Amino acid sequence: MNEPIHPDAAQDERRELHSYRNGAGFALVLTLVPFALVHWHAISRPNLLIAISAFALVQICVHFRFFLHISFSHQREDLQLILFSALLLGIMVAGTVWIMASLAQRMSMT
Amino acid sequence: MSRPGAKYPGLNLTSAHGVDDAEAENLMFGFWVFLMSDAILFGMVFASYATSLNSTAGGPGPHQLFDINSAFIETVLLLASSTTFGMASLALKYKRGTLRLIAWLTATVLLGVVFLGFELHDFSAMLAKGGGPGRSGYLSAFFGLVPLHGLHVLGGCIWLLCLVGQIARYGVDTAVKIGIMRLALFWHFLDIVWVAIFSVVYLGGLT
Repeated sequence: MNEPIHPDAAQDERRELHSYRNGAGFALVLTLVPFALVHWHAISRPNLLIAISAFALVQICVHFRFFLHISFSHQREDLQLILFSALLLGIMVAGTVWIMASLAQRMSMT
Repeated sequence: MSRPGAKYPGLNLTSAHGVDDAEAENLMFGFWVFLMSDAILFGMVFASYATSLNSTAGGPGPHQLFDINSAFIETVLLLASSTTFGMASLALKYKRGTLRLIAWLTATVLLGVVFLGFELHDFSAMLAKGGGPGRSGYLSAFFGLVPLHGLHVLGGCIWLLCLVGQIARYGVDTAVKIGIMRLALFWHFLDIVWVAIFSVVYLGGLT
């Protein structure tokens, strides 16, 4: 099981190894920044919440791109399934939060 | 790195693996469908968490219960385990030998177990401060969400140990290869869920 799988395998392997390293590096930075912002209360609360969500969204994309190898470069059912699931999640989560928040406000539970 | 020719999510084995690669496509796509349904499940538990944010019933809230250092260590552990699993996938794809494959898989499962240890320590610290799941609606939602992810990680660790057992018993055959590739998807997916958890629950709660 130790022979190379095809002539330019070594080059492919190095490229994919770099890809994983880059992915881990990006993810680490995208983790460090929001933790640092929260730890030292660097900015005001509304801005902080926006920054945390933005960093989380970018980090999720980084994970999809570098660890799960999903990209826009070719049309595949995998990506369509992610986008459709994201649409369902958006409708159900946003709808739930909206309805329950409205209910809590009308019943003056806050 | 989805180049033209990638047939399924995750690292593709390529035609150098012959029949193993051909068999992988349907199984990997089927597993991908399961992962997306699992994502819907997590999303709905997140929604119930978000609607319970104010229901602390006078009990302790995020500022009294959460420890940002511990959350950070857990995040780094899970990210490191994702990276070591990537190295295991590369060792499998480029046929770098069974020993190297098992070494990376073992590193992954160790990081997973340490992550679970930190998480259990967090939960027991919360219980000690009177923040158990029965205290308030907020804490019920918390203990519905975060341990659900922990149970997934535990399941992943058990699955990984089973795969190592399969390698020891049968060698790296088709079933083992496709098993490792599916577990890779599951493991990376759990890391994505954790990104949402540390952002919404820990960082969002501590702002």
